[in-house]
Amino acid sequence: MTSRLTRRQRRRVSQGIQYAVFVAAVVLIAALADWDRLQNQFAQKDLASELFPDIITIALRNTVVYTLSGFAFGLVLGMVVALMRLSSVAPYRWVASVYIELFRGLPALLIFIFVGVAVPLAFPGTEIPGGVYGKVALGLGLVAAAYMAETIRAGIQAVPKGQMEAARSLGFSHARAMVSVIIPQAFRIVIPPLTNELVLLFKDSSLVLFLGVTLSERELTKFGRDLASQTANSTPILVAGLCYLLVTIPLSLVVRRLEARTEKAR
Amino acid sequence: MAENEIEIRGLRKSFGENEVLRGIDLDVARGEVVCVIGPSGSGKSTLLRCVNLLEEPSAGRIFVGGTEVTDLDVDIDAVRRRIGMVFQQFNLFPHVTVTENLTLPQRRVLKRGRAGAASVARENLERVGLADKAGAYPAQLSGGQQQRVAIARALAMNPEVMLFDEPTSALDPELVGEVLAVMRMLAAEGMTMMVVTHEMSFAREVADRVVFMDEGAIVEQGPAEQVVGSPRHERTRNFLNRILDPAAAEDPGSTAAGNGHASSGSGKESGSGSGRETG
Repeated sequence: MTSRLTRRQRRRVSQGIQYAVFVAAVVLIAALADWDRLQNQFAQKDLASELFPDIITIALRNTVVYTLSGFAFGLVLGMVVALMRLSSVAPYRWVASVYIELFRGLPALLIFIFVGVAVPLAFPGTEIPGGVYGKVALGLGLVAAAYMAETIRAGIQAVPKGQMEAARSLGFSHARAMVSVIIPQAFRIVIPPLTNELVLLFKDSSLVLFLGVTLSERELTKFGRDLASQTANSTPILVAGLCYLLVTIPLSLVVRRLEARTEKAR
Repeated sequence: MAENEIEIRGLRKSFGENEVLRGIDLDVARGEVVCVIGPSGSGKSTLLRCVNLLEEPSAGRIFVGGTEVTDLDVDIDAVRRRIGMVFQQFNLFPHVTVTENLTLPQRRVLKRGRAGAASVARENLERVGLADKAGAYPAQLSGGQQQRVAIARALAMNPEVMLFDEPTSALDPELVGEVLAVMRMLAAEGMTMMVVTHEMSFAREVADRVVFMDEGAIVEQGPAEQVVGSPRHERTRNFLNRILDPAAAEDPGSTAAGNGHASSGSGKESGSGSGRETG
C-alpha cells in the first residue's frame, strides 16, 4: 500500500474539484457584473408592461403566422424534393440533390435577400402573392424544404422493404402504394424531426426584418429592436426573447415526448 | 394450357454474378398444391417471387392463368390482383387496424365500396378464426395471428393462386400449427397453392406434389410420399436427413442415408388439427 488514493477517495476529489470550479465561476460572474446597469438596461418594469398587448397580438402572432406559412410551403416542397431524390429518373435525382445541397449550404439570410431583391428583379411587374407573407413563406419554405426533404427521404427509406412488396403483391401501383402505405408510415417516423424543424423555423422567421415590413407586419425580433431604439432601452429585446422561449421550450418538450413514444413503439 | 394455373419455362435469374435460378421449368395445375423444398440458398424463394414479378427474371417466361407475366406490355398490377402472396415476415400494414389491412387493398385496388369491402373483410377474418381481432392493430397480435391476418388479407382480393414464402419460418414453434391449419383448409377448398416451406409433415400431408430444389435447379419432383418418403436423389436424401433429424447430422461427407425416410417426420409434427385428412 503506497500513498495512492482508493477509488472512493479519488471520486471524492474529482467531484470536489468540479463543484469548486462551478461555484467559483458563478461567484465571479455575480460579483463582477454590474447588475444595476443591467437591470436598468434590460428589465424596466414599466417599459415592459407598455409592450403589451401589442407584442402578443401583433409581434408574436406574426411570428407564428410567418413560421406556419413557411413550414406549410416547406413541407409540400420538401415532400416533392424527397420523392424526386428517390425517383428512378436520374435527372430528378440530380435536381433534388443540387437543390438540397444548395439550400442547406447557404445562410437563410442570403436566401431572404435573394427572395426580396432578385425575384422582383428577374420577373419585373410580378408580385409574389400575399405580399410580405408570401415572401416569408417562400424564403422560409425554400430553406426548410431542403432540410425536410432529407428528413422525409430518410423516413421513407426507414419503412421496411416488405411493406412495398406486400402492397405491390396485392396489386397496388407503385404510386398508390407510396400514398396509401409507405408515406403514412414514413410520416410517423419523421414527426419528431419535423417538429424540430418547426422550432428552427420559428427562430429563422426573425430574418423577415431584411425584407422590409410595415408596422403591422412586424414580428418579435423587429418589434423588439424597433422599440428598443425608440426607448433607448433594451427591455423590449428581453421581453421578445422570452416570447420566443414561450413557444420553443414547450415545442422542444413535445419533441422529446414524441421521440420517447417512437422509441417505445419499436 | 388452360389446365395449368402457373407455367414456368426456362426461368433464369441472376443477381450480378450470382446465378440463383439456372433454368426452371415447372407447371402448377389448377387446384394443385405444390410444395417447394430445398436448402437455403437453393433459389426456392426467388422462384416464388418471380411468379408475381417481385423479382424480375433474367430470362425465361412465366404464365399465370394464361397471361404472360413476363410480357413487358402486360398490366402487372392486374395480374398481381389474381395472385395472393404470403410472406415470411407477414408484412401487415402496422399503421392501420386488422380490418383496415383487409379493406384498404380492396378499396384502393379493386375499388370496392366501403360496405362491400367491410363485409368481405369480416367474412375472411372469420375464415381464419380472427373475427374478434378486427379492431386490433397488428402489433397487438401474436406472430401466428398476424400471419393468419396476412392470409385473410390476400384472400379478400379473391385470388386464383396463393403463393406462400416460408409462411411459418418466422414463428415460434407453438404458433406454427394454427397457420398450417388455415393453409390446410385452403388446400381442401381447392385453392391453387405454391408453398415454399420447411414443414415436411405439412408437405407430406397436404401437397399434391413436392419439388426439391438445390443450387438453382429442380433436382426431383413428384408425389409427396415419393419425394419426402423415398427420395431417389442423394442430394434430396441428405437434405431430408438434415431437416428431419437435425441432431443426427454427422460429418457432411457421410452418405449413410438409406433409412432417412424412416424417421417419419414425427419430429416436426405440427400441433393442432394435424390428424385431419385432406383429399
